[in-house]
Amino acid sequence: MSALRQAPAVDPAGMAGAAGIRIDAVTHAYRSPGRPPVTALDRISLDIGPTEFHALLGPSGCGKSTLLYLIGGFIPVQDGAITTPKGRVTAPGPERSIVFQNFALFPWKTVRENVLYGLRKSGVGREESEARAREFISLVHLTGFEDAYPSQLSGGMQQRAAIARTLAVDPKILLMDEPFGALDAQTRRVMQEELRAIWQRSPKTVVFVTHDVQEAVFLADRISIMSSRPGRIQHVLDVPLPKERGEDTLESREFIQLSEHIWRLVREQAVAATRGRL
Amino acid sequence: MSAAGAGPADAALALPRNTLLFKLFDGVLRYSPLLVLVAVWEGLGLSGFVSRQMLPDLGTILSEFWRMLTGGDLLYNTARSLSRSFSGLALAIVVGLAAGLAMATARPARLLINPVVQIFYPMPKSALIPVVMIWLGLGDASKVLLIFLGCLLPVVVGAYNGARGVNPFLVWSARSLGAGRFEVLREVIVPAAMPEILNGCRTALAFSFILMVSSEFLIASDGVGYMISSLGDGGIYPAMFAVIFFVAAIGFAADRVYSVIMRRQLRWREA
Repeated sequence: MSALRQAPAVDPAGMAGAAGIRIDAVTHAYRSPGRPPVTALDRISLDIGPTEFHALLGPSGCGKSTLLYLIGGFIPVQDGAITTPKGRVTAPGPERSIVFQNFALFPWKTVRENVLYGLRKSGVGREESEARAREFISLVHLTGFEDAYPSQLSGGMQQRAAIARTLAVDPKILLMDEPFGALDAQTRRVMQEELRAIWQRSPKTVVFVTHDVQEAVFLADRISIMSSRPGRIQHVLDVPLPKERGEDTLESREFIQLSEHIWRLVREQAVAATRGRL
Repeated sequence: MSAAGAGPADAALALPRNTLLFKLFDGVLRYSPLLVLVAVWEGLGLSGFVSRQMLPDLGTILSEFWRMLTGGDLLYNTARSLSRSFSGLALAIVVGLAAGLAMATARPARLLINPVVQIFYPMPKSALIPVVMIWLGLGDASKVLLIFLGCLLPVVVGAYNGARGVNPFLVWSARSLGAGRFEVLREVIVPAAMPEILNGCRTALAFSFILMVSSEFLIASDGVGYMISSLGDGGIYPAMFAVIFFVAAIGFAADRVYSVIMRRQLRWREA
């Protein structure tokens, strides 16, 4: 356990200048008429480095997806600020691309057309777009399925296509909302390894939302553990595992110890949340 | 319909699907219940319960049909009718799409248009025939307006429901891949709403035939509706039935052609 360094929720390490994403005192409430507002996020502050793989870990309802959607610019920031090298986040932008749990592929487009969509939008020429689409389709092992519609693919294949679509535009910031949540255990494992490998080859800011402790430990450089009602960041932990990760990482002592430690922290939050509700 | 799921010819025929012969057989078998109708028609006529005047035998109807077809009468009137019905329908599709999409994407448009849609939806549009006649006279404009009004709402409702039902994650995906608001409308909302839009247009297509005939009954000097009413008034029933069946056949054919186009457009939905 001594290998773990527990960082405070607000990182004072002076990363601000280099930060890929700076989240500054973000509070978010969901309001519906005739009901008291529900505070989904309560004064969240977090700096994420430009080449950091960061996992947001917490039980369902802790606001981790809300935080991701705020970074994406899909829902407006009510209170506080989110800043990227492109400035304050006010709307979605192609430098912050996202992969959703439900894939969100365009069902009327083939795999190839889906991957081409973002490339064409970002002004890449026709021939180069085609070449990059081929490259990323092959990267996610979908060569041969270029002309298939999403409805003709399995869940795992659809998610790989969605990842190819997002990676192809080479976003500075990659947002992932439980992207492997709908996959079976084997596919999930393979996808995790592939994602980590892709990120190694082309480092960028990744914010990865999950409620799976092992997934967070396997993938991330740092993990924010969130609590629910209201959503807060309780701990920010470094993951002192080697950069290269694979099958043997999962069996290493460090991995198992760290997973258990984090699991206890997460369970504390879950227990506290249950008490609060009773 | 015959391409997906088991067709009636599956049981009767050991032919490979997708061959022309199979499709032909399948089609004939599918519509074979119509033969029952033919038998009832002829039976009633022969039995003497109904006068042959009212229910002329199908042979006479067929020869009347041939006479009108070769005489050019039928084709001329059909062309007149179809030009009205397609003008009204095309106008309804353009305006209806714009209105439905505006309602789905802009609150002010929804507040403005929705009550009007709700009030006019259940109203039989043929009730407007006299008013429209007073407004626009007896020419083509009054018929086109009626057909337009009749076809408009199914298109509006289809576009509105389709666009409202678009998975917001698709919109977010497009935005985060660099699409602007107008591009999202054109490249995400419209194609995602396409199944409902095409269904609305299909209903509108059927309505366009109904309103074409009923408006020509009352205010026209040509067109198939006019033919039916004047032949009926003159007691020339075999010719009248010939026109009625012809109109029904055209309506049926239009719907079949439409559904083939629609299925092709929505190929992506078939797993």
